[in-house]
Amino acid sequence: MTAALIVGILAAAGTYLVLQRGIVRITLGFVLLGHAATTALLAAGGVARRDLAFVGAPGTPGDPLPQAFALTAIVISFGVTAFLLALAYRSRDTLGHDDVEAPDLEGSLLDQSASALELRIPTADEDAEPVDDAPGNREDGR
Amino acid sequence: MSALLVAPFALPLAVAALLLLLRRRPHLQRVIGVAGVVALVAVGVGLVVATAGGEVHATRVGGWPGGLAIVFVADGVSALLVAGASIVSVLCLVTAAARDEDRHPLFHPLVAVLLAGVLGSFVTGDLFNLFVTFEVMLIASYVLVALRGGPREVRASTVYVTVNLLASAMLLIGIALLYGAAGTVELASLHRVVVEVPNAAIGATLVATAVAVKASLVPLHSWLPRVYPVAGPATTALFSALLTKAGVYVLLRLDSTVFADVDAFRQVLLVVAVVTMVIGVLGAVGRSDVRGILSFHMVSQVGYLVLPIGIGTVAAYTAGLVYLLQYLAVKGSLFLTAAAIETITGTGQLARLGGMLRTRPALAIGFLLPALSLAGIPPTSGFVGKFLLVDAAFESHLLLAGGVAVAVSFATLLSMLKIWNGVFWGERTSEVTDEPGLAAYSFPVPAGGAGGGDPPAPPVVRNGRTLALAAPALLVGVLVLALGVLAGPLVDLVQPAAQTLADPQPYLDAVRRS
Repeated sequence: MTAALIVGILAAAGTYLVLQRGIVRITLGFVLLGHAATTALLAAGGVARRDLAFVGAPGTPGDPLPQAFALTAIVISFGVTAFLLALAYRSRDTLGHDDVEAPDLEGSLLDQSASALELRIPTADEDAEPVDDAPGNREDGR
Repeated sequence: MSALLVAPFALPLAVAALLLLLRRRPHLQRVIGVAGVVALVAVGVGLVVATAGGEVHATRVGGWPGGLAIVFVADGVSALLVAGASIVSVLCLVTAAARDEDRHPLFHPLVAVLLAGVLGSFVTGDLFNLFVTFEVMLIASYVLVALRGGPREVRASTVYVTVNLLASAMLLIGIALLYGAAGTVELASLHRVVVEVPNAAIGATLVATAVAVKASLVPLHSWLPRVYPVAGPATTALFSALLTKAGVYVLLRLDSTVFADVDAFRQVLLVVAVVTMVIGVLGAVGRSDVRGILSFHMVSQVGYLVLPIGIGTVAAYTAGLVYLLQYLAVKGSLFLTAAAIETITGTGQLARLGGMLRTRPALAIGFLLPALSLAGIPPTSGFVGKFLLVDAAFESHLLLAGGVAVAVSFATLLSMLKIWNGVFWGERTSEVTDEPGLAAYSFPVPAGGAGGGDPPAPPVVRNGRTLALAAPALLVGVLVLALGVLAGPLVDLVQPAAQTLADPQPYLDAVRRS
């Protein structure tokens, strides 16, 4: 019961944070969701069975498999958290903020169709200008 | 045998480690990266030969007793997919090399890790190991999307990572619930678990939903068209051939093991497949760039790939596998053509393109054949796949599903024509005659090109690299025609694999014996 409550609270808090706009909050949300998943894995092996596995000590030996799962899941969520933090840093670097839904961002769907519309009416100075939103050029400028 | 079973997962990981050491030697890295994927093609062909005739091989890594060891299983479906996915990856790497997209020292190692994850998920026989291979594949793909590090990439990457991490968390909790209910994560031991164990349905449904996100089934598809057009063009081609297909494969596998004999699962997937086809093809109407249109078509085609599960007969599985195998190559090659167009002209916007048929005829043919195959026009391989699929649907008296599949094919043809008209026919625009994109990739530029606007247009550049841009698409074009005319051998090859999906008894026996 306690395990179920912990999973529920962690998952609810994690989901709430993931639905926020800033990457750092989203990252924290995934940390909480990862904890929820780890706890669920451990609970799947039976919370009451917590003695040493394999050794044959008195009492009920724990199920080693969920512990191995939990360990793997922790390592993976650690790696992903590091990537998300790097992304947040990069986002602050290139965009100046970490708001994923900010409307002024280049490359949103709205933005693309707007630039496509503009291009149907060629202007005089457009010929002189190289295509500066071509992906190739951007890659070059990296 | 066991070495061959583990190779799809272990070999690319070893290659990735080697490639990381060589990050200061770009040419050597490129050679070894491509050689590694060619070796994977050999592994795939070896697996196909070993599983021909419906044989199934399984091995337990490390010799642990049943339930503890990680199981690797190869049946016809996994073998064919390993072979198909590695062949398409070779083509994608050729294009990436031709347009210098692999200049980043992490590109080749990441592709190798991505392949380890995808091919690993094809051969794993264990639900938790499936989660691990999915994570391996996704982490590599997160970094590949964000590799160029511009504002658009960072934004798309955030959407992609968020959606997929949420799905991964669901997958993990689903696996935990399934283990709690059934006490095992081995797919073979989970056969019919939803019917036999009362509480397993919740975990199994969570797992299936998480996989549906990764396969981008409607209504869980909206991340895909926002992310794929933003990644590097050759990278998009690689993703299109690998990522969603892993999701579709896992749905097929779940259907034949965990959800065996569950009619509700089939019916839900049937409805979802039909809706996915329609929504995807309608979404493509609103896009005005080549890769945006193709990305929405990916969503639509996933509907076709999942439809066999909804029908659930051997004929449907055969049709689905034939369609899946040829579709891997077709979609990859369409994205590779898009990559070539963007490399040459510097843009993928239809409004800025036109008349490329006259400047780059090889590219036009390389686009046309796979595009016709995508729409299912004879004599291409897409026609064979769609014909078998619609036939199977009608045989099972699913008239509406079959009818929608035919109608969506027409709509697909319309948007392929939209790309064809926008890019290859009509007035030549300055982007097409001057080919300003080539300069950005340090191709040699003809006198008067890249900047001079007036006709007569300068002769287009042809050298090894522009040839390499068109070659993969042309190769797939030939393949598509060949498979369309000589469909018999392909169907014979796929038939035993489809049998194993419909009746997984050989799969279960192989795992129990191992």
